[in-house]
Amino acid sequence: MIPEATILWSVAIPLIGSLGILLTGKSPNLRETITLATATTMFLMIGSLTHLVLGGERPSISLIEVFPGIDIEFMVEPLGLLFALIASGLWIVTSLYAIGYMRAHKEDNQTRFYIFFAIALSSAVGVAFAGNLFTLFLFYEALTLSTFPLVTHHGTPEAKRCGRTYLGILLGTSIGFLLLAIICTWHLTGTLEFRPGGILAGKVEGPMVSVLLFLYMYGTGKAALMPIHRWLPAAMIAPTPVSALLHAVAVVKAGVFTVLKIIIYIFGIDFLSASGSNIWLMWVAAATLLFAAIVAMRKNNLKARLAYSTVSQLSYIVLGAALATGTSVIGGGLHLAMHAFGKITLFFCAGAIFVAAQKTLVSELDGIGRRMPFTMGAFVIGSLSIIGLPPMGGAWSKFHLMLGAASAEYYIFIAVWALSSLLSAAYLMPVISRAFFLPLSKSIGAAATGGIVLQEAPIFSLIAIGITSAGTFILFFFAGDIANMLAPIVMSKN
Amino acid sequence: MHRAYPAWLLSLAASWISLAIAITLLTKVLIGDPIVYLLGDWAAPWGIEYRVDILSAFVLLLVSGTGSIIMVFAPRSIAQEVPEDRIYLFYTMYLLTFSGLLGMTITGDAFNLFVFLEISSLSTYVMISLGNSKRAVTAAFRYLILGTIGATFYVIGVGLMYQMTGTLNMADLSVRLPAVAETRTILVAIGFLTAGIGLKLGLFPIHGWLPNVYTYAPSVVTAFLAATATKVAVYVLLRIYFTVLGVRAFETLPIDEALLFLGVIAILSMSIVAIYQTNAKRLLAYSSVAQIGYIIIGINLLTTTGIAAGILHVFNHALIKAALFLCLACVYYRIKSTKIDDMAGLGRAMPLSMAAFVIAGFSLIGVPLTAGFISKWYLIVASIEKGWWIIAVLILVSSLLAIVYVWKVIEVAYFKSRADGSVSISEAPAVMLIPMWVLVGANIYFGIDTDATVGTAMAAAKALLGE
Repeated sequence: MIPEATILWSVAIPLIGSLGILLTGKSPNLRETITLATATTMFLMIGSLTHLVLGGERPSISLIEVFPGIDIEFMVEPLGLLFALIASGLWIVTSLYAIGYMRAHKEDNQTRFYIFFAIALSSAVGVAFAGNLFTLFLFYEALTLSTFPLVTHHGTPEAKRCGRTYLGILLGTSIGFLLLAIICTWHLTGTLEFRPGGILAGKVEGPMVSVLLFLYMYGTGKAALMPIHRWLPAAMIAPTPVSALLHAVAVVKAGVFTVLKIIIYIFGIDFLSASGSNIWLMWVAAATLLFAAIVAMRKNNLKARLAYSTVSQLSYIVLGAALATGTSVIGGGLHLAMHAFGKITLFFCAGAIFVAAQKTLVSELDGIGRRMPFTMGAFVIGSLSIIGLPPMGGAWSKFHLMLGAASAEYYIFIAVWALSSLLSAAYLMPVISRAFFLPLSKSIGAAATGGIVLQEAPIFSLIAIGITSAGTFILFFFAGDIANMLAPIVMSKN
Repeated sequence: MHRAYPAWLLSLAASWISLAIAITLLTKVLIGDPIVYLLGDWAAPWGIEYRVDILSAFVLLLVSGTGSIIMVFAPRSIAQEVPEDRIYLFYTMYLLTFSGLLGMTITGDAFNLFVFLEISSLSTYVMISLGNSKRAVTAAFRYLILGTIGATFYVIGVGLMYQMTGTLNMADLSVRLPAVAETRTILVAIGFLTAGIGLKLGLFPIHGWLPNVYTYAPSVVTAFLAATATKVAVYVLLRIYFTVLGVRAFETLPIDEALLFLGVIAILSMSIVAIYQTNAKRLLAYSSVAQIGYIIIGINLLTTTGIAAGILHVFNHALIKAALFLCLACVYYRIKSTKIDDMAGLGRAMPLSMAAFVIAGFSLIGVPLTAGFISKWYLIVASIEKGWWIIAVLILVSSLLAIVYVWKVIEVAYFKSRADGSVSISEAPAVMLIPMWVLVGANIYFGIDTDATVGTAMAAAKALLGE
């Protein structure tokens, strides 16, 4: 298949899949088979583009001209490819997990759930492959709207309220700020293309650069900079597979991916660092990553704790982008991958605990490691990666990010990241120590027989947990390859 | 002759024939000069001239197009909402309104326009009063009073211009007016014309008649009026401002800035008022006043992009509101109410109707890939081009308010379950769903393929500015 067609199919296959899911809604086994087949096909399609992109090609295709000079256009470059590979690859795993979770939990409306899941994935890959800002904006909005029914899946008043926060912040910021920034960029430069080296250099100067950067960064609500991060904890009302794939990977990564794309290809890192407009962003990101970690420590609900951890980790990437050096930007891209694997593992574990033991609070997890050793073992692996310890993937991305801070000569942020590592240890380690070192609490069960009964999550969910935690470990050895793959995004200049 | 079926067939045929003619006219004027027809063969300044240029052909297409689709939709809904012995009356009045609106659009004579304005207005009052609530009659009466004041103001304005120039022909007026442009008489005339047309188009703050009319008129009538009547009034405003007075008139009388201000107030205040409505029809009515604000803003930027954005929004907003009001007509057909609270659980009971509401609602908000997004894009580009950043920001703020009021309906339909679980509600019949979905499809189509709409709007705006 020619690469151009592959791009289109990558976006279209999940949509076709969602149609298949709709038609086979009556028979769950067939329906889930279609989800898995769709996810696998999509991943293979995207994977088939890898060797081209590594070879320096940038396959692109333009569909239709919406405004004179603005097309719906796709272009595959290394960062987008990485994001698309992660999103589609983890979709396969999440689908496995969801089969176990949704059935064990006897959720209603599962057909609707799988349909919107597929549409959300199509939108995420649309964001990843977007060839210009307009196309990116389009799929960015589609991602918000398609995940809304997933967030409000339970249809309770609580879900409705969280749904309002979710939609209000994400649509509000994107229409209020991002769209305005895009139209300003169009007005100033006459193009919305992603160009190596950026398009704004020479077109705008002075305080206007800061204003534009502000509009872009706060327009990208999905990157969850404080104080517009509240939608992410609100989204935790969704079933866990949604929190795992969408609100630890696809949606939030679409946010930081947008931030990286804008800073690399719209501003250009040289122009941005020369203008000095990025300094405020560094501090905002640094503040977010510390504050969110502190808030995470105080959350007793496990999913809420993980959500704030995500807010904190996303700002790693924003800070990497704001530093605007080659190393820090690549570190940001790397962290996109590492955090995805680590955090999805943690969410899978949280969901497994919920399904197997109906526990949601950290304070209730005493001794659960003895009952669910496999799940909690995976939790340890995920935690180590989030903290940034070897031999887990997260170590490398943090290393690159710190190196980036050094090369930008902002040594203070090395300290910020070090502090943040300690903070993440402080909010993750208590979960682990409770689970393994405290005696099994009565409420967790096994009381009748007196002995400890090994009672794990459904097998499909366990397989998924196994895959992602293995991935977290394996990535430690492939970090260099990913960094090499990303290298061209900051090297090639016009 | 008072039977419903033949009356409907006749109206349907008339609408579709008009549509065919409008399409032919538009394709002709897009590639050639305006088409002129002299009524009774009297030469132009003396006789009445009919004149079709790009703008008028575009509006003709809009009116006859929405009329055609709404006529396909109408019979079931009308049979339910209008007493059987008066159904023929509805179709008669519809045809009169229809021809009145087409006449206003096609004529090149300022007084003849008044005649058509009255034809369409008087028959509109009757259509509104056919609504099955008692308040339909008071709404119609109030509109009659205000509409008549508007028409009178218009004719006073035309009279003053006639006094100064001795002509009623628009083209002739545009030649003769510059010589007397700065006289007090003409300034007063502009005031009367603006107020008169403003009343008819629902200009904030003289929109008072509109919410009740939209709420209490039969559902189909609301859809038709929202898509056409106010839009033709906007067309008249464009004609008077740019063809008759010319853009230079604004140099002596800064009425553009006043209207810009009113437009901005409208998009903000009326959107907020819409949020607090409990009846979906009334909610959309206030939203219409707000959306007219967008059109007014576009036009009064006085640039090609701005005017084109205004014209574009005339077209796109007609598509949006026709689709939304037809959704509500489907809802009313099944549950006999358009109160938002009564719409609980409809997401499940009427999935196709409510899905249409969601998509058309997205278009109203201005979500990408819908028609509403395109006109907002151009409006914002136009404000930024002119350096009016604040207006660009306020347009976006008002879009956010639109999210709130659209979502208010969506949340009730999808998140609340029906209180009376016993009564089962079925989906609207296919004869209603299909025309409604055609309009929804148009909202998406014109959000992606914008060549036709933007091209025509741009060409019309250039012609109005004499470029």
